[in-house]
Amino acid sequence: MTRKRKLGRGVSVVGAGMSPFGLFVDRNSTDLFIEAFQEMLGSVDKGFEPNDIDALYVGNFTNDVFVQQSHWGAILVDALGLTPRPATRTEGACASSALAFREAVFAIASGFYDIVLVGGFEQMSKQSTEQVAEGLALAASPYEREAGFTYPGVFGAIATAYFDRYGATREHLMNVTIKSHENGRLNPKAQHQRSIREIMSSRIEKAASKGESPPDWQDEKEFLGDPKANPAIAWPTHLFDCSPISDGAACLLLVGEELTASFTDTPIHVRGLGQASGRNLHTADDLTSFEATRFASREAYQMADLSPSDIQFAEVHDCFSIAEILHGEDLGFFEPGTGFKAVEEGLTRLDGPKPINTSGGLKCKGHPVGATGAAQLIEVWQQLRGAAGERQVPARDLRFGAAHTMGGTGGTCTFTILERR
Amino acid sequence: MTDHAISDSAFAAFLKQGQLKGSRCTACDVVFVPPRGMCPQCHKADMQWTPMAGTGRLLAFTCIAIGPPWMAALGYDREHPYCSAVIELDEGPRVVARIEGVDTNRPENIRIGTRLVLRQDASDGGDDAPACLIFTPSLHTSD
Repeated sequence: MTRKRKLGRGVSVVGAGMSPFGLFVDRNSTDLFIEAFQEMLGSVDKGFEPNDIDALYVGNFTNDVFVQQSHWGAILVDALGLTPRPATRTEGACASSALAFREAVFAIASGFYDIVLVGGFEQMSKQSTEQVAEGLALAASPYEREAGFTYPGVFGAIATAYFDRYGATREHLMNVTIKSHENGRLNPKAQHQRSIREIMSSRIEKAASKGESPPDWQDEKEFLGDPKANPAIAWPTHLFDCSPISDGAACLLLVGEELTASFTDTPIHVRGLGQASGRNLHTADDLTSFEATRFASREAYQMADLSPSDIQFAEVHDCFSIAEILHGEDLGFFEPGTGFKAVEEGLTRLDGPKPINTSGGLKCKGHPVGATGAAQLIEVWQQLRGAAGERQVPARDLRFGAAHTMGGTGGTCTFTILERR
Repeated sequence: MTDHAISDSAFAAFLKQGQLKGSRCTACDVVFVPPRGMCPQCHKADMQWTPMAGTGRLLAFTCIAIGPPWMAALGYDREHPYCSAVIELDEGPRVVARIEGVDTNRPENIRIGTRLVLRQDASDGGDDAPACLIFTPSLHTSD
């Protein structure tokens, strides 16, 4: 194991904002990021002067391909009226802005900067599903692409290995989906704000209004088991196992810990950081576990002097429903092979002992990939401040929350523990 | 043919001749398929080509209904999904490959552990299609 990590200077989050996540074909990356920036400005309790920002770190994955435009650090600094401040773009597939957050923390902890804007964004909705699938597969290994694997396919294969090893079934994936939708309906920024029940009711009404015989689903699992309502994308991955194609942007304001008093009386502090790199499907030592999640979380727990049981709630990278189950085990929240039972027993519900993805997760909040890491950290920040509205974790005295972000098929994983003192 | 430098292109050329080959680290005696030019364990580049039998068993799979454009060009779609898989070769290394000869419309009938054999005419598709390993279920159940 590596030596225990530490920061040379404490770093705190004093503001954050995000655009709604969804399909916004008439808005571009800059529009979305400005909206997130505007909300961030309003979120700083005691206000602050944007020109005090020292630098920008921003994550984005696919704009080079989908928008045919690179060099987004400088473009955003100009759009935000922050020239000539330095800007650095980070790329780590779906963990791009989680890496931006880390770089911003390091820049402040080193003493080089005091106030740093960190964020991420992605615009995907102008592409066809096939184009998005191919573009995202840029983060897979060449061998996986050659074998025809798409992302839903990689996670479908992982699911078959997990099912075979531990006796889980598709029904257990459905439990994740149902829970995500219950949370997403409480998040005004989420792309999908309806429970599975509400989706069923609306489809039944729609069929009736067209004079068609309405489907007679008895419960959510019958709906999710209906191939017309929930077709296979890459069996056993079905449509409702997949996070959506999304547009969106998110940003946070980070400052040196000793400076927080002039921004807010409720700063949230960086308590633990971990990042690791993993192998490919065919070289991984275990198909039912993400080694990079294991290493990243161990590093963060060690730095924070905390254990998995100390983390009161977490955002976990649920690009596909099987991923939330596996990562929950790799983060140490549940023993290997028991993550699917934990979801089934309701342990990860908003009112359970270990709420996971209170935002609705990538599945319902949306997954504009470059914005995802930043948006997960915003959810943790809001929950710790007691500002998550209807989806506020009911437990009192929230002190520790965490965000886990994955890029690729486990190639890049980060785990960040935030603290309210 | 063993004096070819270790590379993905040489791997693909062997495959087009129906030969599945990996690279073996002469120090660690570990085999890698596709080949690696440097051993990730000892970081030495003393690798030798080593032939593989082309047999193994199914570890994980998926039946893909929405694939990339080059798979759609081969006729695969929602009604005709294709199967991609992780296979453990009998010599130990794992590979990602496509599986043919299974009913992709009845994926619940495909069994983890199924014995598989490399299809000899493994270079499927046109020039645009990437080199890809293709396995089929073994007819010899005693394998």
